[in-house]
Parts: sequence; structure tokens; C-alpha cells
Amino acid sequence: MRPPLLETRRLCHNFGALAAARDIDFRLEAGARHALIGPNGAGKTTFVNLLTGVIQPTRGEILMRGRDITGVGQAERVKLGIARTFQINRLFRGLSVLENVYLAVAERLGAAPSMVRPAGRRRDVVDESMHLLETLKLTDDAHHLITELPYGRQRLVELAIALGLKPEVLLLDEPAAGVPSAESHIILDAVDSLPRHIGVLIIDHDMDLVFRFAERITVLVSGSVFASGSPGEIGANPAVRDVYLGHAGHG
Amino acid sequence: MSASPGAAHPAALALARRHRLRAWEPIPWVLALAFYLAFPKHLGFGTELLVTVLFALSLDLVLGYAGIVTLGHAAFFGTGAYTVGMLAKHGIWNEPITSLILAALVASAVGFGSGLVLLRTRGLTLLMLTLCTMALLEEAANLGHDYTGGFDGLDNLLIAPLFGVFEFNPLYPTTQYLYVLAVLFLCFVFVRTLVYSPFGQSLTGIRENLLRMPAVGAPVQARLVVCYTLSAATAGIAGGIWAQANAYVNLGTLGLDRAATVLIILVLGGHGRLYGAFIGAAAYLALSHFLAKIYPTAWQLGLGLLLVAIALFARNGILGMAETLWHRLPLTRAAS
Repeated sequence: MRPPLLETRRLCHNFGALAAARDIDFRLEAGARHALIGPNGAGKTTFVNLLTGVIQPTRGEILMRGRDITGVGQAERVKLGIARTFQINRLFRGLSVLENVYLAVAERLGAAPSMVRPAGRRRDVVDESMHLLETLKLTDDAHHLITELPYGRQRLVELAIALGLKPEVLLLDEPAAGVPSAESHIILDAVDSLPRHIGVLIIDHDMDLVFRFAERITVLVSGSVFASGSPGEIGANPAVRDVYLGHAGHG
Repeated sequence: MSASPGAAHPAALALARRHRLRAWEPIPWVLALAFYLAFPKHLGFGTELLVTVLFALSLDLVLGYAGIVTLGHAAFFGTGAYTVGMLAKHGIWNEPITSLILAALVASAVGFGSGLVLLRTRGLTLLMLTLCTMALLEEAANLGHDYTGGFDGLDNLLIAPLFGVFEFNPLYPTTQYLYVLAVLFLCFVFVRTLVYSPFGQSLTGIRENLLRMPAVGAPVQARLVVCYTLSAATAGIAGGIWAQANAYVNLGTLGLDRAATVLIILVLGGHGRLYGAFIGAAAYLALSHFLAKIYPTAWQLGLGLLLVAIALFARNGILGMAETLWHRLPLTRAAS
């Protein structure tokens, strides 16, 4: 049997006395559409930070295709194919939309260390960035600064930067958070049309989004895996309904 | 290739064209040459100005592009100056161009070594550590009297004629002026190429969002160290050429005064804009010259007030102000 794309084994992380992750065993398969849900403070973002190497686990290990990557740094994990978006936009605010995506594409294509040729002459990077913006219907905003865009469009740029890394594992931390509902379908469409081979883990409070998107759901409560299964199983699980779904509607 | 999708988009065109020479870019160089012809008696001032531009340019690379806030950039200026000074004073080496290359190498070594340690920190810690590094070097120069001349510095440096022909005369600095201008031009071409390259683009990425860069796979620490080292080399050239032009070195080249002044100059002119170094240095030196004349006892008060005004109302300095005005002109707005 092939090892899963991404796997954690008894992953733990403590912030002082607070256990934000407790013995999390988790598997993300290639091509998966997996959702991670749980009440506020359940440790969802901590889990993403552990997977991407922003923080180091207190205990446990993280494997990608069976290889231990627990000690691998943040930037190197991106090179291995793990990309993420942030719950709160982390964009290059003083740069244009094109330049934002350019930075990601330039890193992946290995253009970024080059010191001689002008950035705009790297046609491979520019063309790919423009193509990506086109697929996300951001072409008309390409020359705008991030600060000139409404929040919903900024969320799309957040996604565009991650997609510019051509990831094999994509971690979406509340991709539609803060987006007016009239615009959120743009994000959802973009998520729906992601390349099929990517393993996607989406974190969200929006149950409509989660149940529409996910083929598998993991419920996190107080840093531990509370339940895991198909959307049908999770939706029918009385304990999950009790701790979480019953309170749905607030974020 | 030209048929590729999106290549004709305004954003792609802007990116593809921004490194091109703009019509006004030769102006500073024409002015510098005109200064040489028009004010032969003020070439000492002119040389000081050009060296200051070079030093401010090196600071712009780290501060304006990579967003590294430093109060210790004179560490590299002084290292370059003392490299040239000690080699010449002790009769080891005094050929000007190779001395400058050595100054750049020594300064970049100091930049690399200190950068490896300092650039792990951010913000206030980084600011204080840059200050401390500079203070340590200054004190070392003060204590190493036998080599550095200590508090008195090293004077009457014998610098060999440029190309074996053109003498450095401290009283009539015609050679110095043109020499500094040529070196400044070469360094400017280097810095300009760098900031418009993908590497320069990634530096602005670090400046705009330090936390996002690792998440796109950028080795932030390594990029910053490389940038810091290159900037240190440029500052070292500025210091070395200052020592050559003035035929002396003193502790002031390593001092907080010089480091703070160059920071003020860059903020005044506009950081992250390449030409802010030119505008800032010219404005600062002209202004302090002018203010010192009309109000000799408290001329720094005028500079202080101006700086407060810049900090409050024109965060991007004189150039930033000019850009804003330019974009507000109805004519240019219609064109864009």
C-alpha cells in the first residue's frame, strides 16, 4: 500500500499548559477533499501551522509520502509541495496583484535568486502568473495594488499565491472568511475547480461550504480528533451534532 | 513569444518595462558633470555630496528594499575607510582602485558575519544590535591605536595616483570628484540592476510581508544576509573612497553621527526609490550648509523641524511627495 500524501502520528503541541494539539493521527490522501471542522479554539489553525512548519510539534511526527518531514523548515516544505492560505490575509499589500503572484511563481521556478535579468523579462514567470490570474478571473485587477481591492478580491489573491506554488497539498484556512456572501461563490467556484490530483484540506465554519466540498470530514475538539468520517457519517453523528453542529451559525 | 497570453496586459507591461531607463534618469549625472564645470572651487563639497549619495544608496538597498531597519550602517562605511587608511598608512598598498575592491571585500565580510547573527532578529532588537555592532567596531578602532591611530585617526594618507597618472590633491579635488562620480555611477548601475531583478523583487516581498515569504518557499534569512552583505560592500566602497578623497580616516567614519545622518538623508529623500539617496543627500547638505550660514549657533534646529514635518506629512520623503503631486496633475491622470 502506498503511504498517504500527508500523515501525522500522535502529533502534540503545547502552548505552555494549553494543549493545542493532542495526539492527532491524521491522513490526507492524494486527491482528497478533506475538511477540518471544530469549534473556536479547537486547534485548527495550530494544526495547519504544525503541518506547514510554522511551529514545531512538542511530540509526534509528520510524514509526507512516508518520509519524515517533522524537522523540515517552512520554506523547504513549500518546495516539497505543501502550500497554504491564511485565515487572515497575508498579502504583499504595497505591491500589485501580479507582483504578489509573481513572487510565488518566481520562487517555484527558481527565478527568485537571479540578480541580473530584470524581473519583468522573466516571461515564464510573468506568463504563468497572468495565466493563473486569468483562471481566478483576476485579470482585470492585475495592475491594482492589494490595498485598492475589496476584501473578497484580496481573498482570491491569497488563493492565487498558494496556487502559484503548484502544491500537491493545499491547506485552506477559512478561504471564504470575511467575504460577503454575494461574493463567496467566486471563492467556492475556485476551490471546486482546483486540479483534481491535489490533496486539499479545508478549514471552515461554514457548514454549507464544508458539506458541499468535502468527501471526508475530521472534527477537532480541544486539540484532539473527536470524530472522522464521510459527510454523511459526521452529519448523522449525535455526539458531533451535540458539540458542534448544534451550535453552528456563529463563527 | 509575444503572442503569449496576458503579455500585453497593462500589469505585465508595467512589470516588463519598469527597469527601462526613464527620460529623466540622466539628469542627476548631467547635473553632476555640470557642477564640475560650473563650480571648480566647490569640488570638495561636491565630492562629499557624491560619497554621501553612494552611502545612502547602500542603505536604501537594506532599508528601502529589504526593510531592514538599521542604525549601524556606518559600521561598513568605517570598515571600508579604515581598510583603505590602514593599508596606505602602513605602506602596504595604496593603489586606489584595488584598495577600494579590498575595502568592499572587508566590509562585505563584516556585513556577512554580523548579518548571519543580527538578521535572525527583527524590529527593535535588530535596531539595537546594529547599533551595538557599530559601537564595538568604533571602540576597537579607538583601542587599536598602533594600527588605527586611535582617537586621532590616520592622516596624510598617501594615495597613489589614479591609473598611475592622476594625482589626488586634497586642495584641488578635481581627480577625486570625477573618480567618485565614476565609482558612484558603477555602484548605482549595480544597485539599480539588483533592485529590478527577481532577487530585488523578492526583497520587496520580504519588506511587504516578512511572514508570508517563507510560505511561498523563500529562504528569507539567506536572502537578507546576501542583501546585507552586498549593501555592506557598497557602504565599504563609499567609506574607502571617502578616505582616499580626504586622505584621512577618523573615528567619525564609524560613529553614530554618520549612521544617523545617512538614515535622515534617506528618509528625507525617500527610501525604496533609488533616487531618494540623490535628492536626500543634496537637500540635506545644501540645507545644512545654508542653515549654518544664516543661523550658525542653532542650525540643527531647522533640520530637526524639517524632519518632524517629513515624518508627519510626507512619510515617503521628498520624492514620495513629488510622486503624489505628479499623479494628481490632471494631465498625467488623463494619460494613464
